Amino acid sequence: MGIGEWPVLRQVTGTDTTGRGRAVKSRRTDGLRSRIADADQVVKSVCPYCAVGCGQNVYVRNGRVVQIEGDPDSPISRGRLCPKGSASLQLTTGEARRFEVLHRRPHAADWEVLDLGTAMDVLADRVIETRRRYWQWEHGGKRVRRTMGIASLGGATLDNEENYLMKKLYTALGAIQIENQARI
Amino acid sequence: MAECHPVGFQWVMEAKARGATVIHVDPRYTRTSALCDIHVPIRVGSDIAFLGGIINYVIEHEAYFRDYVVAFTNGPSIVTEEYRDTEDLDGVFSGLDPERRRYDPHSWQCEGVPVTAAPGQGEQETDTPTGQRAAADRTVTPAAADGTVTPAAADCDETLEHPRCVFQIVKRHFARYTPEMVEQVCGVPRELFLAVCRAMAENSGRERTTAIAYAVGWTQHSVGVQYIRTAAILQLLLGNIGRPGGGILALRGHASIQGSTDIPTLYNLLPGYLPMPQAQRDQDLEAFVAAASAEKGIWGDARSFVVSLLKAWWGSHATEENAYCFDYLPRLTGGHSTYETVMTQLDGECKGYFLVGENPAVGSANAKMQRLGMANLDWLVVRDFSLIESATWWKDGPEIETGEMRTEDIATEVFFFPAAAHTEKNGSFTNTQRMLQWHHAAVEPAGDARSDLWFYYHLGRIIREKLSGSTDEMDRPLLDLQWEYPTEGPAGEPSAEAVLAEINGWDAEGRPLVSFKNLRDDGSTACGCWIYCGVHADGVNQAARRKPGSEQSWVAPEWGWAWPANRRILYNRASADRQGRPWSERKAYVWWDEQEAKWVGHDIADFDPSRPPWHRPPADAKGAEALAGDDAFIMQADGKGWLYVPTGLADGPLPAHYEPQDSPFPNLLYPHQQRNPVREVFPRRHNRYHPDPDTDGSEVFPYMLTTYRLTEHHTAGGMSRWLPYLSELQPEMFCEISPELAEERGLEHNGWATIVTARGAIEARVMVTDRVPPIVVQGRVLHQIGLPYHWGPNGYTRGDAANELAHISLDPNSHIPEVKAMTGDIRPGRRPRGPALNALLEDYVRRAGITPDTGTEVRSGA
Repeated sequence: MGIGEWPVLRQVTGTDTTGRGRAVKSRRTDGLRSRIADADQVVKSVCPYCAVGCGQNVYVRNGRVVQIEGDPDSPISRGRLCPKGSASLQLTTGEARRFEVLHRRPHAADWEVLDLGTAMDVLADRVIETRRRYWQWEHGGKRVRRTMGIASLGGATLDNEENYLMKKLYTALGAIQIENQARI
Repeated sequence: MAECHPVGFQWVMEAKARGATVIHVDPRYTRTSALCDIHVPIRVGSDIAFLGGIINYVIEHEAYFRDYVVAFTNGPSIVTEEYRDTEDLDGVFSGLDPERRRYDPHSWQCEGVPVTAAPGQGEQETDTPTGQRAAADRTVTPAAADGTVTPAAADCDETLEHPRCVFQIVKRHFARYTPEMVEQVCGVPRELFLAVCRAMAENSGRERTTAIAYAVGWTQHSVGVQYIRTAAILQLLLGNIGRPGGGILALRGHASIQGSTDIPTLYNLLPGYLPMPQAQRDQDLEAFVAAASAEKGIWGDARSFVVSLLKAWWGSHATEENAYCFDYLPRLTGGHSTYETVMTQLDGECKGYFLVGENPAVGSANAKMQRLGMANLDWLVVRDFSLIESATWWKDGPEIETGEMRTEDIATEVFFFPAAAHTEKNGSFTNTQRMLQWHHAAVEPAGDARSDLWFYYHLGRIIREKLSGSTDEMDRPLLDLQWEYPTEGPAGEPSAEAVLAEINGWDAEGRPLVSFKNLRDDGSTACGCWIYCGVHADGVNQAARRKPGSEQSWVAPEWGWAWPANRRILYNRASADRQGRPWSERKAYVWWDEQEAKWVGHDIADFDPSRPPWHRPPADAKGAEALAGDDAFIMQADGKGWLYVPTGLADGPLPAHYEPQDSPFPNLLYPHQQRNPVREVFPRRHNRYHPDPDTDGSEVFPYMLTTYRLTEHHTAGGMSRWLPYLSELQPEMFCEISPELAEERGLEHNGWATIVTARGAIEARVMVTDRVPPIVVQGRVLHQIGLPYHWGPNGYTRGDAANELAHISLDPNSHIPEVKAMTGDIRPGRRPRGPALNALLEDYVRRAGITPDTGTEVRSGA
């Protein structure tokens, strides 16, 4: 480091006489860029945690999410996020996320990786079989047209459109034990 | 609120900066308490007594907003002579059938105005013949020019003096909720309580409004719905509903828990709060519509909502001749809530289970029974980001550790499907304010991660393909289902906006509907959720609107879209007086404009925009057309806010304080009725209740327990315990106890404690703190123990789940368990491992003398 880079020299010779700005900035700091500076896309989103519904700006670079920040435009949140919302980059891109379908056979000691297409096909067979085996046309002498063999729990973390398809499909299957966090 | 909804709390602080008084009622001292004006530590499970005390104060001191009460509530309505209150029947209401553990609500009706509950508000079996339901018309004479109102018809008394009018019944009912009683029951000193009463009363009326915000822990009681009812009575008396700065605000805890109630993944509802058909009552469309409708109010148009839904689901297959495929809907027989489903799993009647962003092995009451139920399945599907406890209990769950179950014995087939994140899919969340906000996909999900939209669309597609050609009648609803959605992208993701367009609905020409008023009952319109009709008006995704808040009014109507019809405050007709004038300039919100001859203001009126305040409907008018110009509560069958609920609730027309299922105290308010007589109990081997207070064995569980959230974690931890940042911020399960309790039980700060109930024993780090002070209840010092419920055995930060301690005893209206008020014991040290854990539990059960009957009575020793 040359003598010209001494902060104190810059402070006494430059304009930053109080030493709180450029005079004391290191070369490394000077080279730092904001994580969102290079984003090639800002996608509008909503925090996935609680029901306040804070606005999020999702910053994308080269097809990857690089940062998630509060959306200052939101009249709900005015750019703020809580610790959970601020951690949603880690929620969405963290190492704990799984990307493979896992299957545990009855009585097995561990998981096996299963192909997604196969898993969907097998599951469809399970649904059809269980629905049929536990089908009820009548209960207590009244027509019920349903299956009591299939239940579902979840929806509060999902989108409205997802809940809609769930309720529509389950109802057509005759499954009635469809529930979510609102009852927990 | 500062803990669990911190960003929403900024508005409380804005209000405080403008002079608002902030009152925080909570057994623990939190970040909210630190910023409030008055903190009230309260005994858990005593909120009805507390709020009931305020109601009594407001009536005694004549601090209620009389003009509002007369104009907009059912306070003047006369109740039948048959009705008997808890005052008359030693703590229960008329109509109790102890054998069937339920109330017959017939005697609760108002005279001349038998009304039905709004659909979805109640599901009690009813034997009321359809013909008994009549229009509820107050036949109030139009107000004179000077604003005075002439006396009304015989079935209501606007002087509020009739001994059987709702107001007088409410007054008598709450008369015993005195400050002295509040002090004894809630452990809130009289002066502190009166300070709250004065603050609320002085801050309500024409010029000022008070808001009550609650987190949904309020619902987690065996009298949870009546908690909120008590708040509703108070707010109606004070004139704080439908007005800016007023209301009862449910601070819900999941991004779209409101949406998943509106478009319900709930057993008892169809989209838009239409009920699911009941086998006993709803064998055909006409009977169903009759039960779902009201003669008066918006529900009078229920047939249009139902037929349009059936058209959205079964399209051209739904015709007038086949009653629009009504028979394709499965029927209910009693309750089928998630807790009742666990029982059917244990009984071997429910064999396939989907978990979709839920972790019941940690997050549901009585976590052990959740796991035992899952161990009895044929197959289980878990859709989540990571391997949550509900996905792995078969190899590393608590029952494997104790030896109760062996992995090789468990026959459940388990599928884990990785889920896509909100950044990887398009869709809308509905926040706790009923506002839909669209989130846009930023990237494609990696690997096999998929949206739930993808999962259910393709699962349905494959099932339909496999069943194609079936002639079995049971397959018709699947094969006739409208299930064609455009897909896009490499993974074949269905278009979420196409689904939203179906939810919004279209007319016979396929044009998007603008309003639920466009819905028809002749099959010419289709609409997947009538209350969301308008969210795709003009073919535009209204939920994706993002005009910056800084560029629009404080109501911000162009950010997102709120149901219904983008109204931001419900029942806002009540923000103006009977004549349509703002109650005060300061609190003006919507009002009748004489020149324009319509309702105008800061928000969209929650009212027919052209119906003048003095409008009186013709005698034969039905549905929305039967609403008078001062019927501000347009969803109610009499157009009024209900101080008293003549129908629709399972446990009484008025709230009464009952002690929690497990309580260390007798019920001082109703000494002969300890618990809610019609709470739902499940006396099963792993769901034992604690002894009555002051009986042998009750001393075994001397403390009260409550569960709650922390800012840094999220419910059962699936979205927080796998994140390093959040795990570092809150790294370990702990219990909060007072220094006095630490002294009493020899507990050390940072040491270990074991907390025990008849259901389970968990260990937690001890946090000794003044934040959960001991309080004096009925002359005794009570220690309360605080337990965050986020932890489980998996993830980066691990610990025992508080829900191991919880029993299943449900509110009879909502079927929600009482996890916010329990009793238990605490002892130093870590919990036993292996079989010794259950030996400890058995010892507690034996010492407490618990039997299958303990705590299951209907009537206490009257």
